[in-house]
Amino acid sequence: MTIATQTSYSSKSSLHWAVSDVLTIARRNMLAIIRIPTALVFTILQPIMFVLLFRYVFGSGAIPIPIKGGYVNFLLPGIIVQTTIFGAVGTAIGLAEDLQRGLIERFRALPMSRMAVLAGRTVSDLGRNVLVLIIISLVGFAVGFRPHGGVMDYLFACLITLLFAYCLSWGFAYVGLAAPNSEAAQAMTFPLIFPLTFVSGIFVPISKMPGWLQPFATYQPVSEVTKAVRYLMDGSNQMIPTPGNSIWVAIIWSVGLIAILGPLATAKYKKVA
Amino acid sequence: MPDFAVEANNIVRTFNDGDVQALRGVTLHVPRGEVFGLLGPNGSGKTTMVRILSTILSPTSGTAAVDGFDVVKHPDEVRRRIGLAGQYATVDENLTGLENLRMIGSLNHLERSFVVTRAKELLEEFGLSDAANRNVKTYSGGMRRRLDLGAALVASPPILFLDEPTSGLDPQSRQDLWTIIENLVEGGTTVLLTTQYLEEADRLCKQLVVLDKGMIIAQGTSQELKTRLGATVLSLSFHTTGDAARGIELIRDVSAKPANVEGTVVELTVEGGPAAAADALRRLDAAHVTLAGLTLREPSLDDVFLSLTGHKAEDEPAATESESGSKRKARA
Repeated sequence: MTIATQTSYSSKSSLHWAVSDVLTIARRNMLAIIRIPTALVFTILQPIMFVLLFRYVFGSGAIPIPIKGGYVNFLLPGIIVQTTIFGAVGTAIGLAEDLQRGLIERFRALPMSRMAVLAGRTVSDLGRNVLVLIIISLVGFAVGFRPHGGVMDYLFACLITLLFAYCLSWGFAYVGLAAPNSEAAQAMTFPLIFPLTFVSGIFVPISKMPGWLQPFATYQPVSEVTKAVRYLMDGSNQMIPTPGNSIWVAIIWSVGLIAILGPLATAKYKKVA
Repeated sequence: MPDFAVEANNIVRTFNDGDVQALRGVTLHVPRGEVFGLLGPNGSGKTTMVRILSTILSPTSGTAAVDGFDVVKHPDEVRRRIGLAGQYATVDENLTGLENLRMIGSLNHLERSFVVTRAKELLEEFGLSDAANRNVKTYSGGMRRRLDLGAALVASPPILFLDEPTSGLDPQSRQDLWTIIENLVEGGTTVLLTTQYLEEADRLCKQLVVLDKGMIIAQGTSQELKTRLGATVLSLSFHTTGDAARGIELIRDVSAKPANVEGTVVELTVEGGPAAAADALRRLDAAHVTLAGLTLREPSLDDVFLSLTGHKAEDEPAATESESGSKRKARA
């Protein structure tokens, strides 16, 4: 064979290569998002539809919210949380697909970092969520959302949302690794995300829900994160003033979730393939 | 340097808490610089063996070393020395050919500038230069296999595992891959190849083992096995099963090996094909038994199995290879 080039293994540190592996996998996933038209449409169109549907179907008087700016100002901080959580579901589908295609087997036979497949996947889903957040914000402003907090508060709120979705995506990573195929992975996430996003303070005030639903709706993490985001985006404009500590509650939930879900997903990854 | 590129001692692998025994004590010694074949039907344990040797799966018991490194204790050392290409052509459909090779190079921790040069070299070598910047989705089956093999070669590993590299390929693509494999071995690479095709094993492998139900049932050089098997299969088809029954009595001693009867077709493994055929015809003619057809052919894997085990090489239920990974790929 005429191939003459000598293999040159690098002498760089293992930390350098661990980071490089994560970015290589993340880059590859991002390219897939851009190149599969249906995925791109799903990523961008779906959250826009959610904003428009809720804004005009429920927000034109069906759900009266007695705050300045009305339902759209109530909805937007919540829908930002909802769309990032839906975005994190992509982690389950993407991993299930990689497993199904045998790519993860190939990765396992390479001298790459053990963590890179999961970390790269969650990082690329985080990247996609950043894109989605920007789009949702623009569409929100276009349909009348007028946050009353400052720019820094707005960005901080976005960061908290992204952090929470990132931590949750490790749970979806577990689902993706446990599912027999990508269709099943998608189906398996529904019973998780629908109660979490709809039985929450995202779309309607929790006080309007039946009494037996209220405790779950009030204290489940998505509601807590929504509270923090609303507080930051629209602090002076709350029906029920949100205590500033909701930010801390949201961060603690995020860190707590990844502390449990991260090792769970990692252990599952070691078991499959 | 250890004597053997790959050594496996008494490898056992069970699945589903021992219910399924994929490997029941396989011992292999693969010499350097040649193609070593694992021949067997689906479910014989070939893929499980390759997955263990490439550190994807750990053995239930037994030890294996690749280039002197234990696959369980030093998996990273093993991974730096092997390339793996498989029947499922595990390349990323959403990336271009060049991007696939760059990704694998980067995950092999090779320097970026080196990877680019190497990737272009491989694409050129495998006739994929024109398709280098096209999404793999648009590649034919043969192109995918070549790219898959290219990905396994990015880091120029001294040892290559090829799991049924040509299954499902058209004859031309199969020939192309064979040539590539032969060139690699000429360049000093050791190849462990699994296959279901006797022809492939015969063409490529210096030595081979035959696996059946997770056990080695024969081993030796391709020539030795063929001699044991007899070179040709004489297949006679009769008009009725009654004729077949009479026929088999008449020609039974044309071959030392047992005859295989299926309906009106009788098959015999024979040493001298044409002479045996003439002999059989004479006997049948003398007894006024007429034939519907007669063919002489090279032995197939089925014949090998029949000859070695007395049973046909049957596809076992998926369970044997069943373990999360393989089950998922059933659609492939």
